[in-house]
Amino acid sequence: MTDAATPRSRWPGTGNLLPVLTVILAIVALWYLAAVWMNATWERDQTARAGVELALPDLITLTLTQDRPVLPAPHQVAQGLWEGLAGQPVTSRRSLVWHAWVTLSATLAGFAIGTGAGILLAVGIVHSRSMDQSVMPWAVASQTVPILAIAPMVIVVLASAGITGLLPKAIIAAWLSFFPVLVGMVKGLRTPDAMQLDLMRSWSASRPQVLARLRLPSSLPYLFASLKVAIAAALVGTIVGELPAGATAGLGARLLSGSYYGQTVQIWAALFTAAFLAAGLVALVSLIERRVLARMGLAG
Amino acid sequence: MNGQKVARTYFFLQNLQFVAGIVIALVAAQWLAPKAAPLVALWLLAWMMNAWLAGFDTRLTRTLVPLIFGATIIALWEMIVRTYAVPPVILPAPSQIAASFAANGAILWTDFVQTILRGALTGWLIGAAAAILTAIAIDRSPFLQRGLLPIGNFVAALPIVGIAPILVMWFGFDWQSKAAVVVVMVFFPILVNMVAGLRATDAMQRDLMASWAAPYGASLWKLRLPAAMPFLFNGLKITTTLALIGAIVAEFFGSPTRGMGFRISTAVGRLDLPLVWAEIVVAAIAGTLFYGLVALIEKKVTFWHPSQRN
Repeated sequence: MTDAATPRSRWPGTGNLLPVLTVILAIVALWYLAAVWMNATWERDQTARAGVELALPDLITLTLTQDRPVLPAPHQVAQGLWEGLAGQPVTSRRSLVWHAWVTLSATLAGFAIGTGAGILLAVGIVHSRSMDQSVMPWAVASQTVPILAIAPMVIVVLASAGITGLLPKAIIAAWLSFFPVLVGMVKGLRTPDAMQLDLMRSWSASRPQVLARLRLPSSLPYLFASLKVAIAAALVGTIVGELPAGATAGLGARLLSGSYYGQTVQIWAALFTAAFLAAGLVALVSLIERRVLARMGLAG
Repeated sequence: MNGQKVARTYFFLQNLQFVAGIVIALVAAQWLAPKAAPLVALWLLAWMMNAWLAGFDTRLTRTLVPLIFGATIIALWEMIVRTYAVPPVILPAPSQIAASFAANGAILWTDFVQTILRGALTGWLIGAAAAILTAIAIDRSPFLQRGLLPIGNFVAALPIVGIAPILVMWFGFDWQSKAAVVVVMVFFPILVNMVAGLRATDAMQRDLMASWAAPYGASLWKLRLPAAMPFLFNGLKITTTLALIGAIVAEFFGSPTRGMGFRISTAVGRLDLPLVWAEIVVAAIAGTLFYGLVALIEKKVTFWHPSQRN
């Protein structure tokens, strides 16, 4: 966000911190208002049945402390998150850390498989013209197909074939992270221009040498850009893969059971855990990216 | 002259090597797994044909090669299912899927209308309109932009699909809740792109507008909105797939007795896999058409952009 068009901050060193904080505060304030407004109907019904007139301050306290609110207030979500993350032993089925770990392990396994396959196929495509012309149009077209939507079906079909546990979810995560890596890497491996390739040829470098010394290093910026997309996609894929009925572990299962039993705080807590997990994973990839590119002198 | 001869001999030898490799592979297949021999033969034949066609690199071969590849995959799929008698519960053959597609036309059409037209398209239009208007509204406030953009980028990476159960609870089981999920999913990617697009003019162009004493509205309408179009369409194209995903996934959390997500989950329950695959085919066609339509409009609107002129 530090491009030339961005106006300079009035307080040097703070950057976007102040505007971002303002917007977040505004969102939280709006959230509280919405919580009061959306939960008020139920409270009014309750008090009307009891025949009591409800004053506004009482209404506000009541709407913000419901057990199963239509929209839980931020502090209720924070409380639910805290209880889920820190209030349980990590091995407990009610612990969000445990559910997050179930989701995370499948995500990382799938991400590793998908990334590896994507890089290998990209290397093949760059070296074989018939492979390029056969596979690439399908790889690009497949981006327009809502693959994620059929993830639960894959789980059920694999379960009927006797494959359960981490692997089916990892397959979906791999499939989703495969295409961004493939498309990014094909672009990246082709970045060396004719001059650089000629130089390699004048050193009579073999094809594997050109790949290892020129193509792979110069593709790294593209690789990291697609890895960030891929890991977020892998996480979404895993969560959606946990949705089919019968799944009992993972953040997706937590979302589904919350929606079955009307436990809104549980849904929101699982949702925020997923959000933190996604942000953490993307931040981790960015950190590795910055380290690696700085080491190679490629950081801009 | 001599060099050419050497090159030709080399090419011939390489080809010979290639053909020998294929013969060896075929013999090995015949010997090791007689059932697989036709599969290997078909694959090698198609691959040779593609390798030969790809050498020409004309417009015709560039469309032919992927088509042959796709047809080969489908033919292999059909042959694998038949020779190894794969139960349709695990993988139905393409012919079974096509038969199911033809037999269930009415069901597929109702599902298409419910999920794609009502859920995804409505939500996408509302979300896009809201994002564009928000981008224009915060255009005059750099403070708000600097606050919203990092948050928008952050939200765009989150698993927003997870909000589906909440919105289904709020808006009921019918298409309104699906459209709401789609609105939330497409809003931030379009917003981020539109804000970037509104900044895409350079100082020289803005100075020119200022030198004509153009008011804010005129400069927005005549310079900055057109300049933002390539960015906007980038966001619109990314979100076509998101819209379909949101609409289908939201149906897993509750829906009326029609819709693609509903049909997929119930058909899986009845182990009617050909119908599930037929729905997937519909989703794939709808996704491609939706994307293609937006790309087509983009071509008409941003005809002046370098990426559209070739």
